Amino acid sequence: MPLNAHLVKRFPHFTIDVGFTCEAGQLLAFVGPSGAGKTSIIRMLAGLERPDTGLISHEQRDWFDSEQGLNLPPQQRQLGYVFQDHTLFPHLSVEKNIAFAAKEPGRVEELLNLFNISELRHRKPNRISGGERQRAALAQALASDPKVLLLDEPFSALDILTRKQLRKELKGLKASLKIPILLVTHDLDEAMYLADHVLPIDRGIITRDWLTRTSPDSCPKGNNLSSISIPRTTQTGQL
Amino acid sequence: MDLTPLILSAKLALISTALLLVVAAPLTYCLVYFRFPGKFLVEALIGLPLVVPPTVMGFYLLVLMGPSGMLGKGWQVLTGQPLVFTFVGILLAAMVHSLPYAVQPLKTAYERLDSRLLEMAQVLGCTPVTAYFRVILPNTISGLIAAGILAFAHTMGEFGVILMVGGSIPGKTKVASIAIYEYVEALRYQEAWILSLALVAISYVILLVVNGLNRRSAHAA
Repeated sequence: MPLNAHLVKRFPHFTIDVGFTCEAGQLLAFVGPSGAGKTSIIRMLAGLERPDTGLISHEQRDWFDSEQGLNLPPQQRQLGYVFQDHTLFPHLSVEKNIAFAAKEPGRVEELLNLFNISELRHRKPNRISGGERQRAALAQALASDPKVLLLDEPFSALDILTRKQLRKELKGLKASLKIPILLVTHDLDEAMYLADHVLPIDRGIITRDWLTRTSPDSCPKGNNLSSISIPRTTQTGQL
Repeated sequence: MDLTPLILSAKLALISTALLLVVAAPLTYCLVYFRFPGKFLVEALIGLPLVVPPTVMGFYLLVLMGPSGMLGKGWQVLTGQPLVFTFVGILLAAMVHSLPYAVQPLKTAYERLDSRLLEMAQVLGCTPVTAYFRVILPNTISGLIAAGILAFAHTMGEFGVILMVGGSIPGKTKVASIAIYEYVEALRYQEAWILSLALVAISYVILLVVNGLNRRSAHAA
C-alpha cells in the first residue's frame, strides 16, 4: 500500500511544499544539501513535527489531515525510524534495544541473525562500533514490523568502507521488505544506488523526480549536489 | 540531650522527599519535553520559594492552611482535623518550599539527555508515560537521586516556613532547626552546639554524595 503525502510548512527563510507517493517495496530518496528541509519532511511523516497544512495517508488511513484537524501521534503510525546516530537506547543492551519494539520474542533472534550481530547481543551501544550500532538501529526499526521505514542520513556518520557495506546490506534488505521506505541523504551516490526514485530538494521544494531503475548511464556523477544544477521547477526524468 | 527534634527533622525530610519526587519527576518531565499554554508561569511559580523569604512563604501557607483557608477548610472537611500546627501541615509546607530544589537537578538531567531518545521511544510505540518509565527514568537516575538528596538536605535545615505553619510543638512540629533556635534563646549552648554539628555533618555528607553523582553523570555523558 502506498504512502501519500502533501506537506506544507513555513519556516522563516523558506517554505516546504512537497507532494509525493511511495509505493510498497519502493525506496524514495530525498537528496539535497543541509538545510534544504529533508529532515523536516521525514519528521513530519513520523509525526514528530506538525505540517502547517497538508495530508499524509497510508493504507487508506489518514495520519495527518489539516482540514479535519487530524494528527496521529508517532506511536500510532507504526513506523520504523533510523536516525543519523545515537538512535539506540544507551541503558539497554543490543538485544534489549531490539526487543524494545518487538511484538514477538522470536523476532529479536531473527533480526540479530539477519544483521549478523548475535555476538553483540549483551553489549551496550557505547561498547560497539558505529557500523554495528547502525546495524542494530536498523534491526530495532524493523522489530515492530513497521508499515513504513524512515531513514534519516543513516550512514553519514560512518567511515566510507562501512558505509558502502551497509548500503549493500540495505539494498539486499530492501528487496525483501514490502513496505514504503523513505531515505534522507545529502549523498547523491547513495541515493542513486539505493533508491527507485530520487527527489532532489532545494529550499523545501522537490525540483525533479529521477527514476533510477533505467538508463543508469545518465545518472549524474559525483557525490554531492554542488555539481548538479537544479532548476526551481519540478521535472520528471529518468537517469 | 533530647534527640526528638533531630529524629522529627529526619522523618519529615524522608517523607517529604519521597512524596516530592513523585510530584517533581512528572512535573519536570512536562516542563522540559512538552509545550503548553502558561508554561512560563508554572516555571516561575515553582521557582518562587528560591527568592521569596521563608517567613513570607510561611505566612501565605499559614493563611491557605488555616481554618478559613481553602486547603485548611478542605482538610478539616475530609479528616475532621486541622492542618496548621500538625505534622501533615509542616509536611505540605516543606514540600512546597523544597519543590524547586527537587525540580532543578531533574531539569538539568532531562535537558542533558538527547531529546531524540524520547522521540525514538514514541516512534517505537511508547506513550509519553511509558516512554518516561522505559527510557527517560533509567537514563536520568542520577538526576533523580541528586534531586532527592537536595530536597532532603533543604528540608532538614528548614526553619522559617515550618515555624510559621507548625509552630513549635515538641514531638509534632518542633524540628531540629527550631530546637536550636530555642536552645540559643535559653542560653543552652551545649545542646545548640550538638544539634548544629549534627546538621552540619549531615549536610556535608549530602554534598559529598551530590558532587560524586554529578561527577559520575558528567563522566557518563
